Amino acid sequence: MQPDTPENTHSAPPLANPTKIRYLLTGLAGLGLWFAIYRQLAPFSRFFTYQLLGINPESHLGEAIEFFVYDTPKVLMLLVLVVYAVGVLRSFFTPERTRKILAGRRESTGNVLAALLGIVTPFCSCSAVPLFIGFVTAGVPLGVTFSFLISAPMINEIALVLLYGLLGWKVATLYLGTGLLIAIVAGWTIGRLKMEHHIEDWVREMHANASDVPDQRLTWTERFGLGKTAVREIVGKVWIYVVLGIAVGAGIHGYVPEGFMASIMGKGAWWSVPAAVLVGIPMYSNAAGIVPVVEALLGKGAALGTVLAFMMAVIALSLPETVILRKVLKPRLIAVFLGVVGTGIMLVGYLFNIII
Amino acid sequence: MEIKVLGPGCAKCGEAEKIMKAAVEEAGVAATIEKVSDFQQIAKFGVFSTPAVVIDGQIKCVGKVPSKAEALGWLAG
Repeated sequence: MQPDTPENTHSAPPLANPTKIRYLLTGLAGLGLWFAIYRQLAPFSRFFTYQLLGINPESHLGEAIEFFVYDTPKVLMLLVLVVYAVGVLRSFFTPERTRKILAGRRESTGNVLAALLGIVTPFCSCSAVPLFIGFVTAGVPLGVTFSFLISAPMINEIALVLLYGLLGWKVATLYLGTGLLIAIVAGWTIGRLKMEHHIEDWVREMHANASDVPDQRLTWTERFGLGKTAVREIVGKVWIYVVLGIAVGAGIHGYVPEGFMASIMGKGAWWSVPAAVLVGIPMYSNAAGIVPVVEALLGKGAALGTVLAFMMAVIALSLPETVILRKVLKPRLIAVFLGVVGTGIMLVGYLFNIII
Repeated sequence: MEIKVLGPGCAKCGEAEKIMKAAVEEAGVAATIEKVSDFQQIAKFGVFSTPAVVIDGQIKCVGKVPSKAEALGWLAG
């Protein structure tokens, strides 16, 4: 995040001092309160389930209820915090600015930058095609454009929060790291294959006409406002999936026997990784719904690599997006895109199954 | 006044169109509102993040749903 130094005051006018201090204090107080509540969640869920409801601690029902009462507020609180922070962070990036950074970049560095910018640039998934045209006509190499287009949906802040909340920071970091790696390597590979002539002709004939949209200058008040809007829009939309997902997870947690998934999705079943990817591609679900199910599957003996591969295939590759991309890409390039990304996800799946 | 709302047709683009309609009605100006969802047309404007609003050939905003206050400002200007 940009520090509020004198150098960039021309882009964001400094707040009057009292306002700044008020923001800082409100922010700190809010964060303190957040942590105080967060730390009480685990004891509360036990108190609620076993004392208040008086359920036998050994029972399936107790296990399921404790899981649900603990995880629902925990995940929702994490979600609000992260979505807010990401909303503020994204106010520093626009697709226009990202395009300017990436235009004329060499591959390799370009792929890395594009994958990183894919995480922080705000863009709505239905903008994928206009964005593709905008990037390619401005001289962003094809492979670099793909690195961006792969990383943007694949690395999803909601999935990251849920993985952290439900499975811990190690799994969350693995997901972030390998997601970036797939975006970088897959984009680089597509670039190497020199498939520029598989872009639809009308796109290639199009000349970059850079629109003169004035750079927006935002104040901190506006940036915080954008964070709030993000929370309202995203959390307002996904909370129901989170709750449903956790409920399904709680059911599996309490009632499905330990080791049940081991035979189908365990390490021993080598075919389960490609199968998970193949099943995942046409499925389109938001990350919020899929992660709690992932957690429950893991708890019952499914292998981490297989489950991560399934999750990545579901959120990164989707049939509707592919159909839209057909408007600017010829079938061969679409096939290569699906093939390269699918293979990358599969390799990640196998890798985890071997090392963990 | 000729207003164009550019967007392939997701929820956000629909929202942008609705806001422009409401703003035109509130301002009481004579204006036509057209939804442009063809990718080639959108690209011709040099716009690549949607939704975007174009008034009389001038791009007013890209990549976000405008607020009604913003929209009223453009109509008055």
